[in-house]
Amino acid sequence: MSGQSTYHFKNPAVRWLDSRLPIISAMKVNALDFPTPKNLNYFWTFGGILTLFLGIQIVTGLVLAMHYTAHVDQAFNSVEEIMRDVNYGWLMRYMHANGASFFFIAVYIHIFRGLYYGSYKAPRELLWMIGVVILLIMMATAFMGYVLPWGQMSFWGATVITNLFSAIPLVGEPIVQWLWGGFAVGNPTLNRFYALHFLLPFVLAAVVFLHIWALHVPGNNNPTGVEVKSNKDTVPFHPYYTVKDFLAVIVFLIVYAAFVFYLPNYLGHTDNYIPADPLVTPAHIVPEWYFLPFYAILRAIPDKLGGVIAMFASIGILFLLPWLDTSKVRSAAFRPLYRQFFWILVLVCFGLGYLGSQPAEGGYVIASQILTAYYFLHFLVILPLLGLFEKTKPLPGSISESVLSKDKGGGPTDGGGGTVAAAAASAPEKRG
Amino acid sequence: MSQIKIATLGLAAAVAVSSALVAAPAFAAGEVKPPKSVHFSFEGPFGTYDRGQLQRGYKVYEQVCAACHSMDLVAFRNLGDPGGPEFSPAEVRVLAAEFPREVVDGPDDLGDMFERPGKPSDYFPPPFPNQAAARASNSGAYPPDFSVIAKARPNGPAYIYSLLVGYEDPPAGMELRDGAYYNSYFPGGQIAMAPPLFDEMVEYTDGTPMTVEQYSKDLSAFLMWTAEPKLEERKRIGFQVMVFLVVLAGLLYFTKKKLWRDVDH
Ligand code: HEC
Ligand code: HEM
Repeated sequence: MSGQSTYHFKNPAVRWLDSRLPIISAMKVNALDFPTPKNLNYFWTFGGILTLFLGIQIVTGLVLAMHYTAHVDQAFNSVEEIMRDVNYGWLMRYMHANGASFFFIAVYIHIFRGLYYGSYKAPRELLWMIGVVILLIMMATAFMGYVLPWGQMSFWGATVITNLFSAIPLVGEPIVQWLWGGFAVGNPTLNRFYALHFLLPFVLAAVVFLHIWALHVPGNNNPTGVEVKSNKDTVPFHPYYTVKDFLAVIVFLIVYAAFVFYLPNYLGHTDNYIPADPLVTPAHIVPEWYFLPFYAILRAIPDKLGGVIAMFASIGILFLLPWLDTSKVRSAAFRPLYRQFFWILVLVCFGLGYLGSQPAEGGYVIASQILTAYYFLHFLVILPLLGLFEKTKPLPGSISESVLSKDKGGGPTDGGGGTVAAAAASAPEKRG
Repeated sequence: MSQIKIATLGLAAAVAVSSALVAAPAFAAGEVKPPKSVHFSFEGPFGTYDRGQLQRGYKVYEQVCAACHSMDLVAFRNLGDPGGPEFSPAEVRVLAAEFPREVVDGPDDLGDMFERPGKPSDYFPPPFPNQAAARASNSGAYPPDFSVIAKARPNGPAYIYSLLVGYEDPPAGMELRDGAYYNSYFPGGQIAMAPPLFDEMVEYTDGTPMTVEQYSKDLSAFLMWTAEPKLEERKRIGFQVMVFLVVLAGLLYFTKKKLWRDVDH
């Protein structure tokens, strides 16, 4: 990425290659020697975990794709054949299905990490916005993947979500038919979803590359939110963070493996083991757990178009976040008020997740409306005002200074250690 | 400062409580009775199927339920697979040949379909040629395919067990639909399947009690196997993976500790 290499390699073959294509030195600069703040906590390991899960989804997905048949008459049975007759097919499928869930667990923790430590503020606005694009692509990919096994929830989920586009004035109906490739969700729909589900993860990989590129210009944020001042504040990425990330990855994989091997269907819906039947509507159509908060927002608004707008706005607002938050201080560790509003927002998101899993009737709708209103209030009113009125705590002069004063006991940092650990413990159960 | 803190916490509490309050009364309508609690040998991280139970379950399925419920994704050969009922190859050949229905094969040299006794490589032949025929013989209701039924219902095995032992007289004053039977475990309470099991209906030769309750348990276990035939392999590999990951995590923990010892962080 960065022009001519300044490294000198002893091995002549490496030198030959690197002077023509400085790929080895680019790796050295970006993956091995990259100066990284030395005070990062375990919430900074989720980027690595996410990259690994993209890899897991692509590898298991490719194996599934070799055996899967995208046809309405055969899709359900071809997935069951993978489970029964393909060597370790059950493992590939359970890894892929649960991998999607754990991908979202990791991405939600990653996003809330960014919210807590103010990682979206200058100069990292673009990095943050690329992250929101990643979230959107992930959601599209997972939604279309869930349609592929062609069970009842696949079919009805696809029907409900594609129908949302009919809310668009004037062109709504034609757009929905264009999406379907027909007059209802059917074989053309399944085929195009399969093609897109296969394609999007590779688009995702390219966007992840941009994300990391945009990260490596300003470098990492850190729990104090104070920029790196000197090389006393950093350690080389390797071995310090390769080993730490590796440890975190393995611990995360232990939880993932517990689901893959012992509770493989816990996060899924039993109705998806019933083959799709356009004539039988399930009692409750619910999306996968990771969409539930958005589903609650969608159904909170009595008007269809309004609901769709609110749902997309709930993610779209994240693009504006760097400018909605007016505070000069990044980390919640030095923002006593923001820290509380942060935790309220976490609770509100869990609450929305719970409400999304319940039928859209009576009290549930009213509760969804209250929480939806609060969600937008947080970003549109609370954050802009907080920056103006909040009295923040004094910032440490540098990362090293904060680390040293912490070692002497106390000091201004809290790095979020204790409180945030509780979030990790409760995060996997976002469905509420 | 602390006043503001109290104010925000108060706001949080207000939001949470008000949503809880408005959400609470929405329960009720259309609730289903939770299934009976019943223990199966395949539960838990080390649970395995009970071979004898799967073999008995197959026998009841073949003699009773197969008259109405298909099992499209299971082949006779699977009855001999490791981790299943594990009938011997000779037994599997006999079971395939003696299945209550023959297998439709063909076309033959003249272009006609014909029936012949089953072979281990055949899938269980279905009781009805199509859904319409199945509905026509069951007063409009469709007996679902059994291949993955235990995974297609919440709490599958316990639910199937409860359903089979759960037939009762309808509560006083309840009007049943035509051809419906009262069963409080079935969503809605009215099922179009007559109670399929009676004591002493199927002969057990291993001394196991021949009661509706025992049949139901054996069937639930058998249907769990048809839905999840790789359960034993999955748990076995899972244990190996877990041991590997936990040991690796331990080693990495100490590596990381040693590496970071000299860094203030
Ligand atoms: C005479 C035909 C017949 C026989 C024999 C029969 N069933 Fe059924 N079964 C049905 C029909 C019809 C339905 C659909 C009921 C409905 O939808 O109301 C059904 C539904 C079911 C269901 C699904 C209930 C649900 O949640 O949707 C289960 C489980 C079941 N049967 C188990 C069995 C078992 C186990 C046996 C063998 C002991 C058996 N059945 C024998 C006709 C039969
Ligand atoms: C961003 C990464 C990915 C995500 C989040 C994702 C998500 C999903 C989900 C939620 C399902 C439904 C799981 C189920 O219930 O069975 C699914 C199925 C599937 N996916 Fe993916 N996927 C990803 C990448 C891929 C890739 C790269 C491929 C192929 C190259 C692929 C191929 C398939 C196939 C063939 C199925 C159908 C089989 C099945 O249902 O298990 N996926 N995916």
